Amino acid sequence: MIPVPRFTDDVADLPTTKFGTSSLTWWGILGYMVIEGAAFGLAFAAYFFLMGHEQGWPPEGRQAPNLLFGTLFTIVILLSEIPNTAIKKAAHKRDVPAIRALMPVIVAIGAVLLVIRGFEFNNLNCRWTDNAYASIVWALLLLHTVHIMTDWFDTIVLWLLMRTDLGWEGRRLVDTDENSLYWRYVWLLWIPIYLMIYWVPRL
Amino acid sequence: MNAPDRIREQDEKLARERKAIVRDGPKLKGAELAARLDRTWRRPPGILGWLATVDHKEIGRRYIVTALIFLALGGALALLMRLQLARPDNNLISASRYNELFTMHGSTMMFLFAVPVMEGIAVYIIPLMLGTRSTAFPRLNAFSYFMYLFGGLMLWGAFALNIGPDIGWFAYTPLSGPQFSPGKRADVWAQMITFTEVAALAAAVVLTCTILKCRAPGMTLARMPLFAWAMLVVAVMIIFSMPSIALASSMLISDRLVGTNFFNAYEHGDALLWQHLFWFFGHPEVYIIFLPATGFVSVITETFCRRPVFAYPVVVLSLVSTGILAFGLWVHHMFATGLPRVGYSFYTAASMTVAIPTALQIFCWLATMWDGRPRLAVPMLYVIGFIVTFVIGGLTGVIIAAVPLDLELHDTYFIVAHFHYVLIGGAVFPLLGILTYWYPKFTGRMMHEALGKIGFWLLFLGFQLAFFPMHFAGLLGMPRRVYTYPAGLGLELPNLLSTIGAFAVALAVVLFVTNGLFSLYRGVLAPANPWGAASLEWATSSPPPAYNFAHIPVVESQTPLWDSPAELPVVTGLRVDQKEMLLTTVVAAAPDLREPVPEPSLWPFISAVAVGVLFISSIFSPWAIVFGAIPSAIALTAWFWPKDMNRLPEPVIS
Repeated sequence: MIPVPRFTDDVADLPTTKFGTSSLTWWGILGYMVIEGAAFGLAFAAYFFLMGHEQGWPPEGRQAPNLLFGTLFTIVILLSEIPNTAIKKAAHKRDVPAIRALMPVIVAIGAVLLVIRGFEFNNLNCRWTDNAYASIVWALLLLHTVHIMTDWFDTIVLWLLMRTDLGWEGRRLVDTDENSLYWRYVWLLWIPIYLMIYWVPRL
Repeated sequence: MNAPDRIREQDEKLARERKAIVRDGPKLKGAELAARLDRTWRRPPGILGWLATVDHKEIGRRYIVTALIFLALGGALALLMRLQLARPDNNLISASRYNELFTMHGSTMMFLFAVPVMEGIAVYIIPLMLGTRSTAFPRLNAFSYFMYLFGGLMLWGAFALNIGPDIGWFAYTPLSGPQFSPGKRADVWAQMITFTEVAALAAAVVLTCTILKCRAPGMTLARMPLFAWAMLVVAVMIIFSMPSIALASSMLISDRLVGTNFFNAYEHGDALLWQHLFWFFGHPEVYIIFLPATGFVSVITETFCRRPVFAYPVVVLSLVSTGILAFGLWVHHMFATGLPRVGYSFYTAASMTVAIPTALQIFCWLATMWDGRPRLAVPMLYVIGFIVTFVIGGLTGVIIAAVPLDLELHDTYFIVAHFHYVLIGGAVFPLLGILTYWYPKFTGRMMHEALGKIGFWLLFLGFQLAFFPMHFAGLLGMPRRVYTYPAGLGLELPNLLSTIGAFAVALAVVLFVTNGLFSLYRGVLAPANPWGAASLEWATSSPPPAYNFAHIPVVESQTPLWDSPAELPVVTGLRVDQKEMLLTTVVAAAPDLREPVPEPSLWPFISAVAVGVLFISSIFSPWAIVFGAIPSAIALTAWFWPKDMNRLPEPVIS
């Protein structure tokens, strides 16, 4: 027998969108961030595990990667947080015109970053087939490149969507807010990778 | 602010339209509400509707049925191995075929049966148990199932084409590396891992978000059913551990395909790096399989002893601490590789420590039985069988946590006996119990009780006969993974007994399946709550309608249906003409948001096909990753992109 309902409260007046921890997608994104963070963390562990076997790092006869492009990449990605924060704030204020103006900026920065990344690969002073050191350095840089590319791509998709009338919808503003959150994660993760690829071999 | 006039006019018009939306409530209830909800929630019929469904019950059912088919396949391989080992110097199966058999058996059981079946049950039952209408991200859920299915089909397709893996279920390097495993067998294994990891991780995110955000109002974390607690811990464990095997298998495949040197000792790589990464996943994996089963045991014990599980907070803390400790044990799989002394001491201590929370849980169940009035129906029999068998397996676990004994017993049949005691005793027994218990909810009919009891005793006794002698075979020095053994070492009797026992287990499983199929058509019709249970999945009809609950229930204690069996407090006000669910706050479960539930969509299936093509072709060429990314990106974008570009009064995910 199915119990008879006893009516208590009515939830019809609840909102359908909220920013932050109320949002279901916020939790979903957090889940995927932790997954990616765990993968990166274990890749870092593998890096230090392999380093522990070597007399020198990079192994003898090898040069550490050239600093120029990696450092340039770091500066640009850190500066990208300025438009990123502006977009996040605009989403909270439902300032759709500002979002529409700023998103192409962040998409362009993503494109610049990918170009610099190409030069970074060329300046590692090793090929992935050389030895274990080279393999793990390439792996770290490649993993982060995939991270950048996926976020760059979905930022483009979101930008196109924000240009339509649906850009005024609360759900899309939450998407914008959470996309900015994710970009922060992308550059935060880059900092330890930058140190591992470019500075640990110089210690 | 600064919206153009046109948008402001739209906003005002939408606000007016919002008032006219039909919602459930005292004025719209009963048969009329049911009919309208059914129209909204029912998926389109036909094969396309089947592929497009986002109903968690359908997806959960597919997960369970698929996993049980893989159980049968993996079990058939076990029987072949037992036939080969029935007598000494047997040549029924060649050494290399035998390698394939144990690899396929282990990989199938761990990756295609044990984890997916637990997730499948959770995907089906958790939303019902929490009093909600859907899982979080139901399309991701559908995608997860298809990825799992394709991974399983690829592995078994390869096996059928005689390119099945033959490197053991943990695929140790350097054996699995390019030098010692040329050909594609190891790559098939590595990509099967990728498929099942993507699937398991997606399901873990779905379950975590469902448990944290979709509970019925009033179901605070302290009132959550113990099975939901177990699955929350498991989902978080999956999120932290499975990236490790995904990373390791990617490194393996890149060593094999593009010549990296992660595991290649000649270029300063390290085979032990594989073991660390594998077991950092592999040990938590054991608890990922075991903890859902402890949730089953708590559910069954509560219902059949007719009292809440003794010391609820202790059980919850045991689950959480087991989940944390499980990440500090992985090195005990590597005692034989040579470790620093402090490493031996630390991991021995940690391995013994994990027995404490598990023992606490067992004491809580025993106390519940002691204090309650246990009814020995089939599910409860499985619980008792579980306790007996699991305690034996747990004790041999404490034995091999000690380094000197482990070095003696490593890679012998003692280990095989140990992990079958904890995995079959610890997970499969409760699984069969819970399948019997939830069968009426899944199908609307009861399983046959007498047949179930015969099946239980056959399984319980057959299992002991199959696996208890393996302890002795192991103590006598019989190594695992060797296709035969010489006569005259005293191994004949234990092996023959094990083979007989294995066939008894197989017969019991056949009996269980027969019972399941027979009851599907001839079983006694089940009422909404046939066992007189306390949790919310029993507050709706058996099987539940597409929308689960006509009104969203409100929870006032840990055992809602025992408080007032005849009436159920509910909240009202969700949409009737569109799919909608209620989100609540994470800790207190106060109503927070109304959330649209996605319409059925083919895009998760198409995305799974695109990603599947990428994974399978990347076995053959690294360029597949580049070219395969394009259709995958298109499919995933189409999945997300709104199909109706008009603004609506309230959000709809079309």
